[in-house]
Amino acid sequence: MDARVLEQRKSLALWLGLFALTWFFARFGASISEALGMEWLISYPKEWIIPLNDKVSALMKWLVEDVHFILFSFTDMTRALAWLIEQPYYFVRALLATGFEQGVGRRAVQIVPPLSWLTILAGVIALGHYAKDWFLAAIVGLSFAYLAIFGQWESAMVTLASVVVAVPIGVIGGLLLGILAYRHPRFDRIMTPVLDLMQTIPIFAYLVPILFMFGFGPVSALVATVIYAMPPMVRITAMALKAVDPEIKDFGVMSGCTRSQMTWRILVPSALSSLMVGVNQVIMLSLNMVIIASMIGAGGLGFDVLSSLRRLNIGGGFEAGIAIVILAIAIDRLSQAFAVRSSQIHPAPQGSNIFKRHPRSTLVALVLIVALIVGRFVPAFQTYPDEMTLTTGAFWSDGVKYLNINYFDVFEAVKIFFLTWFLLPIKRFFLNIPWPWFIVVITIIGWKFGGWKLALMNGVMTLFIASTGMWEKAMVTVYLCGASVIIASAIGIPLGVLAAINQRAGRVIGVVIDTLQTLPSFVYLIPVVMLFRIGDFTAMIAIVLYALVPAVRYAAHGVKSVSPDLIEAGIVSGCTKRQILTRIRLPLALPEILLGINQTIMLALSMLVITALVGTRDLGQEVYIALTKADTGRGLVAGFAIAFIAIMADRIINASAKNARIRFGLEAKND
Amino acid sequence: MTTQAKLVCKHLWKLYGNIPSQMMDSQYFPPTDNELEKFGVIGAVKHASLEIQDGEIFVIMGLSGSGKSTLVRLLSGLIEPSVGEIFIDGQDMLKMSEKELIEIRRHKMGMVFQHFALLPHLSVLQNVAFPLSIQGQSKSEAEGRALEVIELVGLKGREDYFPRELSGGQQQRVGIARSLAVEPELWFLDEPFSALDPLIRREMQDEFLRLQAMLKKTIVFITHDFDEAIRLADRIAIMKDGAIIQVATPEELVMNPASDYVGEFTKHISRAKVISAGSVMGNAKDGKGAEISQRAKIVDVAAQVVAANSPLKVVDENGTVIGSLDAKTVIDILVQQGG
Ligand SMILES: Nc1ncnc2c1ncn2[C@@H]1O[C@H](COP(=O)(O)OP(=O)(O)O)[C@@H](O)[C@H]1O
Ligand SMILES: [Mg+2]
Repeated sequence: MDARVLEQRKSLALWLGLFALTWFFARFGASISEALGMEWLISYPKEWIIPLNDKVSALMKWLVEDVHFILFSFTDMTRALAWLIEQPYYFVRALLATGFEQGVGRRAVQIVPPLSWLTILAGVIALGHYAKDWFLAAIVGLSFAYLAIFGQWESAMVTLASVVVAVPIGVIGGLLLGILAYRHPRFDRIMTPVLDLMQTIPIFAYLVPILFMFGFGPVSALVATVIYAMPPMVRITAMALKAVDPEIKDFGVMSGCTRSQMTWRILVPSALSSLMVGVNQVIMLSLNMVIIASMIGAGGLGFDVLSSLRRLNIGGGFEAGIAIVILAIAIDRLSQAFAVRSSQIHPAPQGSNIFKRHPRSTLVALVLIVALIVGRFVPAFQTYPDEMTLTTGAFWSDGVKYLNINYFDVFEAVKIFFLTWFLLPIKRFFLNIPWPWFIVVITIIGWKFGGWKLALMNGVMTLFIASTGMWEKAMVTVYLCGASVIIASAIGIPLGVLAAINQRAGRVIGVVIDTLQTLPSFVYLIPVVMLFRIGDFTAMIAIVLYALVPAVRYAAHGVKSVSPDLIEAGIVSGCTKRQILTRIRLPLALPEILLGINQTIMLALSMLVITALVGTRDLGQEVYIALTKADTGRGLVAGFAIAFIAIMADRIINASAKNARIRFGLEAKND
Repeated sequence: MTTQAKLVCKHLWKLYGNIPSQMMDSQYFPPTDNELEKFGVIGAVKHASLEIQDGEIFVIMGLSGSGKSTLVRLLSGLIEPSVGEIFIDGQDMLKMSEKELIEIRRHKMGMVFQHFALLPHLSVLQNVAFPLSIQGQSKSEAEGRALEVIELVGLKGREDYFPRELSGGQQQRVGIARSLAVEPELWFLDEPFSALDPLIRREMQDEFLRLQAMLKKTIVFITHDFDEAIRLADRIAIMKDGAIIQVATPEELVMNPASDYVGEFTKHISRAKVISAGSVMGNAKDGKGAEISQRAKIVDVAAQVVAANSPLKVVDENGTVIGSLDAKTVIDILVQQGG
């Protein structure tokens, strides 16, 4: 026991010492190095920068222009791929939004109109009823009706078309890769780190090379969407197949299944309900990405938001933003209902003929056909009439104007307060730390938490960031992300604890959190920009909103899953409610809370690039600039720098969560 | 032995863990228990040799973790042994190709699982028809046969139910029906009744004996319940820590346990139910009165013997007198002494 206390004191002393030194260097490092004539300590000298950007760009150029496989060139390959993706996309888009046209450009004439809004409305209502009940049907129906009435129909259908095409590709691709990973452990071992990387590299970083290969337009957007949305499907598939009851697997072998029978007749059907969770994930991520990918030509609602933001068109931004929210909620509810449905029993329909067996399908088909025919003759049933659309744009503009006129001082005061007392000091602190010292500190942290392997990884990664000339921007990233995570944790963890110990609060918080989670990251920017205009403070609020969810979720789960025996033991030994919370629940929930913070950091980093739109000067901005200039090298290098920060944070926090679990005896000490 | 045994395994070993390569060298093999422990290797099955005859119910009994499941998985080819040989109808199973194995599993083997292993998304009928449809039989053909076996296990009328709508006992009936659908010669049952309530368990045991009387399969039945083993077995193999410590008929086990360990199990068994007249009779052929069969269990003839004034005649299948049974012997067994 004594030895352990001593050990703890020692490491406490180490941390305090490190912090004091860091603070000292941040405060006086600049003047000292100036006095010594060693300015290179403070800002990484330009001459030392390794021109990795140019090399990557050159490699990319070579790939696109010069690489020839035996029969075809690299470009032929990307073109063929693009063609393959384009065909279903154009078809679905024509069906839902634009109609089928003949001819190109301005001379194009519509030969077949798209499905009328009434047809689609009837279709989704039927889907809602089929998936669950009339209540869901009503929710989905109202959502789509909203889109029509408030004039967002066409954009929403373009967005929907992208989702409809991207989701099957993502699901099938993810399923096949997941099966492969399940069957071949070696492939799994290669796949896991790739997936990790894919999920930590910010989306924008791979938008750049995709843009370079496929050009500006919907195909690039679709490719990016699929790449972004597929990893969770791969993971969930591999995990779900592993989790199939071993007896059922044995049964499969004993009935003489071949490998493919085993996969498709035993494993996949048995794992169906877990797989549907993956499908839901793919759908939601696709929607999020389709919105973001409007920057590279996906069009639709995302494009409307983007152009409104650029023009500071408050009303337009809000309208499109709310349409995104509504579409997201409708799609999410629908796909979750399908996931639940797939795990229930549905006896085969009985009836003498096909119409009696499927009364609903018959009815729906009838309604659809009627809607289709009526739509041909009555234009109002084909396209929702413009004169009947309502617009809320003016309402939002006026509202924001009112707030800005009457409460400008309040908003400004809040903003300035946070900037001067919170954001700027943190920023100054990080920017003034001499980079060699920071590398040393990060390496020591790695060594303390995860041994020499983590130390080495941290050292190499921070050195990469310095030597590619990203240091300053990386520090701004760390500062912005760090500040947001602090605020998000300060709000999120207490909320999570509250949700865990108070049932009613738990329900309310649950609904809010669920909704926050379905919203594409873009949406958070809109109201904040309108109120606080652009800058670091705005970015911080948007990041906090987006990254709050896991902090709440994990804290709630951690506090809730503390063993009831321990709590009873606490009550029996006379703890007050407060003591039970602070002495038993919180310490035991610590590992879980740490994991929540970890997720919060990941989300914050992925949101950074989006906040680059509001003028932050961090790595996100670097990627964004690279995107607008289609500068592959610059984008990828900055992307990797963000990914490295994410990976280091992830490994350090995971290691400390593990240490905490070992300390509380929740996990055995082994490696 | 004149007839060939149905299923034979010879010095079968299954080791788990990080096995040092030297351990498998012939000069060091087989490892002792101490060596296994020293290297952290788990000997799930150690040196198992068995001959299972056509048409017998062979029960493997042992406590949890003694290696029963591992042994039956070896015998059914679900896992490969570390060392050893397995013959099915004289064919070396370990030399078979994947294709041959699939054929054997499709037509010769059936297996019943402890937790039923029914496919949750299929109805009773579809579950039972599943192994047949895997073989490529048409839907009507497979479902026709499935209906027959469903009727055989007494589930007629529940074809369209889904597994979760059935009780545990009914689910295991589906499991049994499914394993019988392909008319296997070899029937493996790994603790098929352990997950059921005691009353249902007895009912299922009776059902099992009824089916076997009709079907005459070669059965490998796993259980951790000694009573169940005694009730069902033609022969029992007792396992402990991966090794088979005795193979015998229930009666021999009770009469001559090979070790104290086996004796612990047999101690609480009502011996009168296991021991037959033939194995405790006196050699004198001086019996009078009624004849009793040498195979009759003591419990069934006790009243008769005790009521008679003198020892009764014991006869073999042909009716020849081979010995006599007196009241003292019977009473001793009834109060569980001697023997
Ligand atoms: N796949 C495996 N990996 C490692 N050890 C195993 C494995 N399967 C079984 N064992 C070990 O082998 C021993 C026997 O297990 P098992 O055959 O399941 O016993 P039983 O069925 O008699 O309860 C146990 O100690 C078990 O832990
Ligand atoms: Mg077992």
